[in-house]
Amino acid sequence: MNSRPRHQSKLGSFALYTVLLIVSVVVVVPMFYLVVSAFKTEQGFLEHTFLPTGDGFLGIAWGELTTKQFHRLFSPEIGIGRALVNSIFLSSTTALLATFVCALAGYASAALDFKGKKSFEWLILAALIIPPPLLIAPSYQWLHSLNLLDSYAGLILPAIAPAFGVFLFRQATLQSVPKSIVEAARIDGAGEFGIFFAIALPMLRPMVGAFLIITFLATWNNFIGPQIVLQSTEKQPLSVVIYQTQTAYYSDYGLLMAGTLVSILPVAALFLFLQRDFIAGLSSGAVKG
Amino acid sequence: MSTGSRVKPYLFLAPFLILFVVFTVVPLFQAVPLATHHTFGPDASTYVGFEKFAQAFSDARFWKALRNTLVFTAGSVFIQLPIALGLALMLNRKRVMGRGVFRLLFFSPQLVGLVFVAVLASVMFQKQKGLVNTAIAGGADMLRSIPLINANAWLPTTSELLNTPWLESLAMRTLIISALWMYAGFNMIYFLAALQNVPSELEEAAMIDGAGPVRRFFAVVLPSIRPVAVFVVLLSIIGSIQVFELAYIMLPEGVGMQDSGLTLVTYLFKNGFEIGDLGYATAIGWLIAVILSATAITQRLVNRQEAHA
Repeated sequence: MNSRPRHQSKLGSFALYTVLLIVSVVVVVPMFYLVVSAFKTEQGFLEHTFLPTGDGFLGIAWGELTTKQFHRLFSPEIGIGRALVNSIFLSSTTALLATFVCALAGYASAALDFKGKKSFEWLILAALIIPPPLLIAPSYQWLHSLNLLDSYAGLILPAIAPAFGVFLFRQATLQSVPKSIVEAARIDGAGEFGIFFAIALPMLRPMVGAFLIITFLATWNNFIGPQIVLQSTEKQPLSVVIYQTQTAYYSDYGLLMAGTLVSILPVAALFLFLQRDFIAGLSSGAVKG
Repeated sequence: MSTGSRVKPYLFLAPFLILFVVFTVVPLFQAVPLATHHTFGPDASTYVGFEKFAQAFSDARFWKALRNTLVFTAGSVFIQLPIALGLALMLNRKRVMGRGVFRLLFFSPQLVGLVFVAVLASVMFQKQKGLVNTAIAGGADMLRSIPLINANAWLPTTSELLNTPWLESLAMRTLIISALWMYAGFNMIYFLAALQNVPSELEEAAMIDGAGPVRRFFAVVLPSIRPVAVFVVLLSIIGSIQVFELAYIMLPEGVGMQDSGLTLVTYLFKNGFEIGDLGYATAIGWLIAVILSATAITQRLVNRQEAHA
């Protein structure tokens, strides 16, 4: 009687791992293709699907691989170094400022009493449902009349007050900053800003970490923003520069793949490094109930 | 209470409120007059009333964009999400070896980022030398070498397969496949989190009562993860209706051949920033907003109806 279910479950787990492995291959092959293509010449790309075959170690002609594409990327011809610096600057500045602005407002709306608190909460919820595509054209016109086009201010300032950030920090404060501790500090004579920086912010650390990563990634991958706001090539971040490279060198596949690899590696490293913060923050900020 | 503590909360809110009003509220209000103007660049404009909306309704390209966007959305909801749920169910089984590794692996395409997935896909889906066509042609050759099945009779020729126009004429299929690669693992994470909350006693009880896996899924698992599933479906629809970068970067001219991959936001972008008619772009923006609101309202109504039933 027992043998049938066990037999079935063995077959079941064989099927399970087979499916999981097939999915893994589908996920990994494009990434592998990306990395391998980045180290090939144009000729090498056309001749070999993945690694060039030859008589080297594992039957691969390692000598045919080249870092030429990376040299081209960083040479003045394309100048990806500048774009890399721009991306790092834009993403870290936006992430830091957005986190600070949202933490201040989110904390205040949860832990402080003030007139108009209900209206503020209503405003945040209403802001969450504004569809971004609606604002694309009017924002461009408005930035034009503010004379902020082709400036980093025109790109950063609109990005550092996202309503959902205030919402997340409000939830995190309600969940992990006990009112009694804030009250006690107030009785001890601490100022409101002192309480925020010395007591609340450390307690909100997981959300701070998660929100920093979320905004950093969102800015890094933002394409439509810089594409519309910035005009000078030397100001553009990686997302736009890679797109322009694709338009100008559309059949230069090795070059394109190398550029994509350079663009992805910093974020992937950051994410793997901070993965724990990311997941802890998301779960602590989740609405309970 | 001192005046200080009455003013201070507003100092906490001030940076957010000022930026929010200047860069979100003002453009939102400007979206009303802007949609009633014909513009050429940001400076030249004439009042045209509701003509821009009428223009959209009689514009074949707008309807094509709407249709393509809905096809993409359907692909996300009916192909991608079931796969994401399937992956979550597999990883949620007890004693799966390497669960953490698989979870990270399936999630990892998300780290590549939309723009870079689009560039990678534009290379992989090329005719002739792209990986996808090379792999399909290779697979077809293997079938041809099998005797008896007579593959040559029903398979397209190798050169036809190598010239499959994924980016040109089959744009919607290509977009759905690329989005599937990028987002299935991401949505799997939501489903996995929801599956943690399925009461195991309930599932065991159902098992003892002799319910098979399919029955257990519909009677126990699905009702328990329903709130999260509804949320993921809604997010997926809202995100899909706004699809832009993937199509714009991946497809020739951003739209494919004969608009085969033209989406609503691509059309908005092209009108606003390539043709320079910000008024028409804003009118399209309003129409997208209407579609998004309709989605959210429908979801609410369905939810309420089911709560009453």
